[in-house]
Amino acid sequence: MIGRPSSPGVLALALALAPASLPPRPQVAIQAEPVVVASKPFGESYLLAEMFSQLLEAHGIEVDRRPGLGATELAFQALRNGEVDAYPEYTGTGLLAILGEEPSGSATEVFLRVSEVFAERWDLLWLPPLGFENTYAVAVRPETAERLELETLSDLARVSGELTAGFSPDFIGRSDGLPGLESAYGVRFREVRSLLQAVKYQALDAGQVDVIDGYSTDGAIDRYGLVVLQDDRAFFPPYDAAPLVSANLGRRNPRALVLLASMGGRLDVRTMRDLNRRLEVDGEPIARVARDGLLAAGLLTDGENRVGTGQPAASARAGTLVEYLWGERSRLLALTGRHLLLAGGSLMAAILVALPLGLVLERVRRGAEGVIRAVGLLQTVPSIALLAFMIPVLGIGVVPAMVALFLYSLFPILRNTYTGVRDADPVAVDASRALGMTPLQVLRHVRLPLAAPVIMAGVRTAAVINIGTATLAAFIGAGGLGDPIVSGLALSDVRMILSGAIPAAALALVVDLGLNLVERRLAPRGR
Amino acid sequence: MTPPDSLEVRGVIKRFGDVLALDRVSLRVGSGETVALVGESGSGKTTLLRLFNRTVVPDSGEVAIGGRMVGGLDPVQLRRRTGFVQQEGGLLPHWTVLRNASTVPWLLGTPDPEERGRTALVRVGLAPERFGHRWPRELSGGQRQRVALARALAADPDVVLLDEPFGALDAITRADLQDGLRDLVGPLTVVLVTHDLHEAFLLADRVAVLRRGRVEQMATPEKLAAAPDTAYVARLLERSRLVGEK
Repeated sequence: MIGRPSSPGVLALALALAPASLPPRPQVAIQAEPVVVASKPFGESYLLAEMFSQLLEAHGIEVDRRPGLGATELAFQALRNGEVDAYPEYTGTGLLAILGEEPSGSATEVFLRVSEVFAERWDLLWLPPLGFENTYAVAVRPETAERLELETLSDLARVSGELTAGFSPDFIGRSDGLPGLESAYGVRFREVRSLLQAVKYQALDAGQVDVIDGYSTDGAIDRYGLVVLQDDRAFFPPYDAAPLVSANLGRRNPRALVLLASMGGRLDVRTMRDLNRRLEVDGEPIARVARDGLLAAGLLTDGENRVGTGQPAASARAGTLVEYLWGERSRLLALTGRHLLLAGGSLMAAILVALPLGLVLERVRRGAEGVIRAVGLLQTVPSIALLAFMIPVLGIGVVPAMVALFLYSLFPILRNTYTGVRDADPVAVDASRALGMTPLQVLRHVRLPLAAPVIMAGVRTAAVINIGTATLAAFIGAGGLGDPIVSGLALSDVRMILSGAIPAAALALVVDLGLNLVERRLAPRGR
Repeated sequence: MTPPDSLEVRGVIKRFGDVLALDRVSLRVGSGETVALVGESGSGKTTLLRLFNRTVVPDSGEVAIGGRMVGGLDPVQLRRRTGFVQQEGGLLPHWTVLRNASTVPWLLGTPDPEERGRTALVRVGLAPERFGHRWPRELSGGQRQRVALARALAADPDVVLLDEPFGALDAITRADLQDGLRDLVGPLTVVLVTHDLHEAFLLADRVAVLRRGRVEQMATPEKLAAAPDTAYVARLLERSRLVGEK
């Protein structure tokens, strides 16, 4: 029934967290809603989330998968908000990135600290750590290590002025990342470039950077034969992986909580690195790798429930891109439909708001520039940040994504409507007024038709921006063509990335051409 | 048929910011009379013209049409029954020639406005079947001004305001249109703004010379030529070679 908990203590802990009114027979626990399992957008997080999901499903619990949520901030907000029930997190990240505390103490101390504060502050539970640590690993090419005689981070500090580093944006900003490394070891790189997780190893291998940050369980470390420099001053805090869940899950579905808790201590670093390599380097389907991981950990027995999950599998990386796209066609079609819904729906809403607003502002004039500039400021908010702001208010999924896209579409439409109507052929406008048209007639029969090409240009700009930006909606679980892009980046699967990027680009082109036709129909003739 | 409305302004002052465009102007245009307003750029002639369809509202003073105060009339209705041709024609570029010509009857809700537009096009010498479906940009400058004139006349107004109607045209086209205009607007009350004294003398019953927002002199062409009131008027006449060569 609950797949052999690792120790009675863990089970007792999990049960203690469940409400006192727990029904005596667990099998009658109410499961009206599926358990929402999320992950952050990198391979190991995907894999752990898939393992959580399969374990729950093997025990008859329905799971709703939301992999690849933006980054720590987005995944955490979604959990806090109740949009997500569980996702894999690391104790160090909890302490430093979420609580903003200084790194201190042993692995146990850090676990106890985050457990206490998260439960008290947000009603969130850290379940027992899975058994491996995935801390930052600063790595160099073997030739570099040999030439400069590098073994430790202290050695690195000595020669850092000659080296170019490629770090993830996360690492560059976090106190337990580069800033901390600089103060702890005194490293000062010649140049620091911001690189996404997915391209860092290639960049290092190609010699474009000399030093990267990775994770100690990355399969790519083995694949490229990289040298991980020792943290000789024990700077990096403990990063024990553990399921982070909402206490509400325990009340709603105590069995799910117990099952996730039963994973505690079952996965070691070697197993994890091996699983990560199979997933990220060999390109095995995630469902299979996750299942093997559960089997190896003794959490599933072979006969138990042949998991036929609906999960889109990262298929083995054979065959051409065209074959891959063809094989994925029905999924890609569905994603394209979702993408169009996100971009099109938000665009329509923006037209409905920005067009009348532009007309009103043109009539009032006073303060119009100020309003337009304020709306323009929205444009400068980075998409990921805007999405993060949405979560506390609107949660995750389609709604916040559409609201964000709507906000981005306002400016080009508003600006062009205002300018187009204001600057519509002044002689024609004057004539129509002098002939006895009412202001409304002047607007409807003269100014709007004459401004139509300018307004449509704004709509087209907004549409193309929207289709591009909608790929980021995948970070907050809204789906669309960003899904394969985000997954592909996390799993270092170029074909998967392209299977989202190519249709998205094609969509932008097609929509722009389509709107061009609309524009020609709307444009005043005789010009 | 009732006689066309007369027009009158009394003591009108109009400022645009710091610029005094009209400085206590008084002037009367009799029923069926054609008055030309002449003067240099910035003398206030267009501003004065636009008082009569209330596209310019005076700061003080009175404007009357047919004895009724313009300030008390609905500006939209007033404009619909006042013919107007503006400096650059002002045809709506996205409407065909026929639709342009039919604008005012359409605004007035006249049955079959296009028929009125076609009649007006015929009156200005443009065959509707040849020109009606064209776009303004496909016409010559003279043809465009004819359409503007047709548009001003299509609803049979009895007051017509013309603001440099032939300003941008070459001499031959201009002479051509000037000949036609007298026949078209002959019985109506007409105010014509022009910087061209020849045109004023040719078309107007009386000519008003404006300078810096004031009327220097208003008289018949003959009287103006024979006895200019001020040195400025005399100089203007000389420059136009309307006196001295005869």
